[in-house]
Amino acid sequence: MKTSVRLVLVVCLLAASCLAAPIPESSTAGEELDHAENVSGHYGGQLTIGERAEPKTLNPVIATDAVSREVIGRMNADLIDINHASQQTEPALAKSWKKSPDGRTFTLELRKGIRFSDGYPFDADDVVFSFALYMDPQIDSPQRDLLIIDGKPLTVAKLSPYTVRFTLPGPYAAAERLFDGLPMLPKHLLEKPYREGKFDQAWSLNAVPNEIAGLGPFRLKQYVPGQRVVLERNPYYWRADRDNHRLPYLDELVFLFVGTEDAQVMRFEAGETDMISRLSSENYNLLSRERSRTSAQLADMGSSLEYNFLFFNQNDLSGKKLDEIARKQKWFGDLKFRQAVSAAIDRDSIVRLVYGTRGAPLWGNVGPGNKLWMDNAIPHPQASVDQARQILKSAGYSWNQAGQLLDSSGAPVEFSIITSSSNTQRMKMATLVQDDLSHLGMQVHVVPLEFRATIDRVFQSFDYEAAVMGLGGGDADPNPEMNVWTSSGTTHLWHLGETQPATAWEKEIDQLMQQQMVTLDYAKRKRLYDRVQELIAQNLPFIFLATPNILTAADSRVGNFHPAILDPYTLWNADELYIRTPGKNAGAP
Amino acid sequence: MRLKTFLLLAALVALHLILLFAGFVAPYDPAAQDRELPYAPPTGLHFKDASGWHLRPFIYAQTIAPDGYVENTSRSFPIHLFVRASSYRVMGIIQTNWHLFGVAGPARITLFGTDGFGRDEFSRVLYGGQVSVAAGVAATLIALLVGSTFGMLAGFFGDWADESLMGTTELFLCLPWLYFLLGMRAFLPLQVSALKTFFLVTCVIGLIGWARPARLVRGVVLSARSRNYVLAARGFGASNFYLLRRHILPELSGILLTQATVLVPRYIAAEVTLSFFGLGVSEPIASWGNMLSTLQQYSVLVSYAWMLAPMGALVITSVIYSLLADTLHSQLKFHSS
Repeated sequence: MKTSVRLVLVVCLLAASCLAAPIPESSTAGEELDHAENVSGHYGGQLTIGERAEPKTLNPVIATDAVSREVIGRMNADLIDINHASQQTEPALAKSWKKSPDGRTFTLELRKGIRFSDGYPFDADDVVFSFALYMDPQIDSPQRDLLIIDGKPLTVAKLSPYTVRFTLPGPYAAAERLFDGLPMLPKHLLEKPYREGKFDQAWSLNAVPNEIAGLGPFRLKQYVPGQRVVLERNPYYWRADRDNHRLPYLDELVFLFVGTEDAQVMRFEAGETDMISRLSSENYNLLSRERSRTSAQLADMGSSLEYNFLFFNQNDLSGKKLDEIARKQKWFGDLKFRQAVSAAIDRDSIVRLVYGTRGAPLWGNVGPGNKLWMDNAIPHPQASVDQARQILKSAGYSWNQAGQLLDSSGAPVEFSIITSSSNTQRMKMATLVQDDLSHLGMQVHVVPLEFRATIDRVFQSFDYEAAVMGLGGGDADPNPEMNVWTSSGTTHLWHLGETQPATAWEKEIDQLMQQQMVTLDYAKRKRLYDRVQELIAQNLPFIFLATPNILTAADSRVGNFHPAILDPYTLWNADELYIRTPGKNAGAP
Repeated sequence: MRLKTFLLLAALVALHLILLFAGFVAPYDPAAQDRELPYAPPTGLHFKDASGWHLRPFIYAQTIAPDGYVENTSRSFPIHLFVRASSYRVMGIIQTNWHLFGVAGPARITLFGTDGFGRDEFSRVLYGGQVSVAAGVAATLIALLVGSTFGMLAGFFGDWADESLMGTTELFLCLPWLYFLLGMRAFLPLQVSALKTFFLVTCVIGLIGWARPARLVRGVVLSARSRNYVLAARGFGASNFYLLRRHILPELSGILLTQATVLVPRYIAAEVTLSFFGLGVSEPIASWGNMLSTLQQYSVLVSYAWMLAPMGALVITSVIYSLLADTLHSQLKFHSS
């Protein structure tokens, strides 16, 4: 063979090996794979997802934004998983665990013989190292708060190369749920930057793919700034389907940065992307009208865990030079005023006009999407302007000839509601609330602000009167809600930075929330949390409005598409997703 | 030529009268929501039903169905002229409840459909036009007043006055005013009343826009200043003020008139742009700009074509004004030659 021909061949071979996705490694002796009994599909293909923004980092310890977490989540794995379909915990990197009777120590048995995406074996040292990272106050990981219980950190000890023991400083309900969302990291790659104090620069977007390794179904292949992140199959992934084929099925997962939700929809309609993880009801209806053209699989998963609400500024404004707002706090702090506002709001029409019936009205912080924890005893009164007027009258309010509401000192009731202008749904809610309250003679102004400005006013300057915001969506468990409802919580929005509970009911909520956190029995916990929900519904620190349904879409070619109501809604089972190709049956690789 | 000008003027006057008496022409209160009718399409006018043809048009009530709206043909609602309905104030003074046309409830006549809150788009286009056109006209007046004052001063006195004033206009012309306004909004208090916002928007557009007419006026004044009759008058001892009032101002009337017809549609568009970005008057008060801002949502843009109605109104207004500017311009040229 001539040298030139040989050269061409070599180049071709090299090019082919660069382009092709890595072939799944055949399982080795002693490797304890997780067998997904009812999963089948076939190998190959690429799944493209339009993202609203670029990820900021690929470092799981410091990532805070949703997009980064969505990408990172596909490259990493946790010890114990919350199954998004059942909302229950299930084994992941830990094949089993034992809880001590007092619920304070957890002994986890790790899977043996499994490897990181660079082929390096995973063992207890990586677990101990990972937790050292999450707990390091210098790194200040967003996950750190969860691991500090009663002000004391949990401790990790390696018992054998495949056994670790976690000791909690106190009893903690549903502690195994803590492990979900804490990816295990490779000590062999990250120890050096950590020792050198350069950890926060490690695994940035510009990192070379072979510097990054994880235990998730995919690994980094390429990042093109402003355009896309490409992940490829992790050939060493530790899960296999029912036919013992190593997952994932997909060759590549591509995250395309498209900007807005509308752009996501347009790209999807054009066939450039295969999946939208969260849709507004308008766009969902749009896609369902055009279903004949786009042949999409649309899924309405029912109520989400998100709750949208109106709340009034009840912060301590002394020394803030916000006299006008301080004057109005006389109304905002008056329970009867809040009750009247709540009674006048027509939640059903909010659901109809904002979510086009793809949502549910809310009267409490736990909505119908959270079947395990919702308190069904909370009343759902119909909107009634008459009743609202009576409440106001009994609280000393009156009306002038023009129908304006006056407080007991004769000042007209007028206030503004701020909301983020980028969220058209909350803008619409605010406008509907404005109209509802105008029937009570309240002069309400809706002020759309840029998202950062809204956050700044609510969390920092307290320069606002009322706001419409949304929270929730992470987990169905009450524990992540601690920082909203306990008086010292960082998301205790209506009154931030309370050094001690400002009211008796807030004090009671503090106690109940602490109690439920250390109660291990579900029924007892449920009773405690029900009482919290009742107190909230009675005292209305938030006036709950509505919750949207989780709406998602995927191309008809995507197999095993099982969206969930927990975030990430569609990609939680990315390892099981596959691309249907005509002529190939599921199960045949 | 004269007929064309007359027709255009008549159209212009009619347009402004309709907007001025929007309360009378509009069948509904522009802020009244009907939460059963979000994004209802324009109601169809019917002349024929089962019993045959009718001279008086009638409509059917619309009800929401799983995929869009359906007309309930079991009962027809004839359209009546001069009906009593919601009360409003004519030009903010006289309270009345007479409307040009309407139908009996529970049906609603929505000629341009409804928006996401079930508000009548036709009524909102009329009321929104009040805000947008008034802002355009007022801003034009401000711009022309300020512009011609500075332009005259610069052109008449020349020298350093000219240099400094024209330098300032250059500065104003190169100002990226949209960003300037976005920045300025951040310094305003949260709760600005609609009236204040309106004045603010008008003043800002007018004060930013004065530079262009100023340069134009300056040019005219500069050439007028050295005309023989002006020089002669000066020779007879006329004062500066006399010269400006008697000889130079009349020269300007034509150019100011055409400028006005050019600037009004441009400033209406400016107000629409500002409101589109949320810098103008806020909900529930309508303006063409804030009505169009819902079209920023893709789903609205592709699903509800009638939401483009303010756009049509804006185009019609602009076309009338520009055609008028055109004829005025050619007539002036005819006169001067």
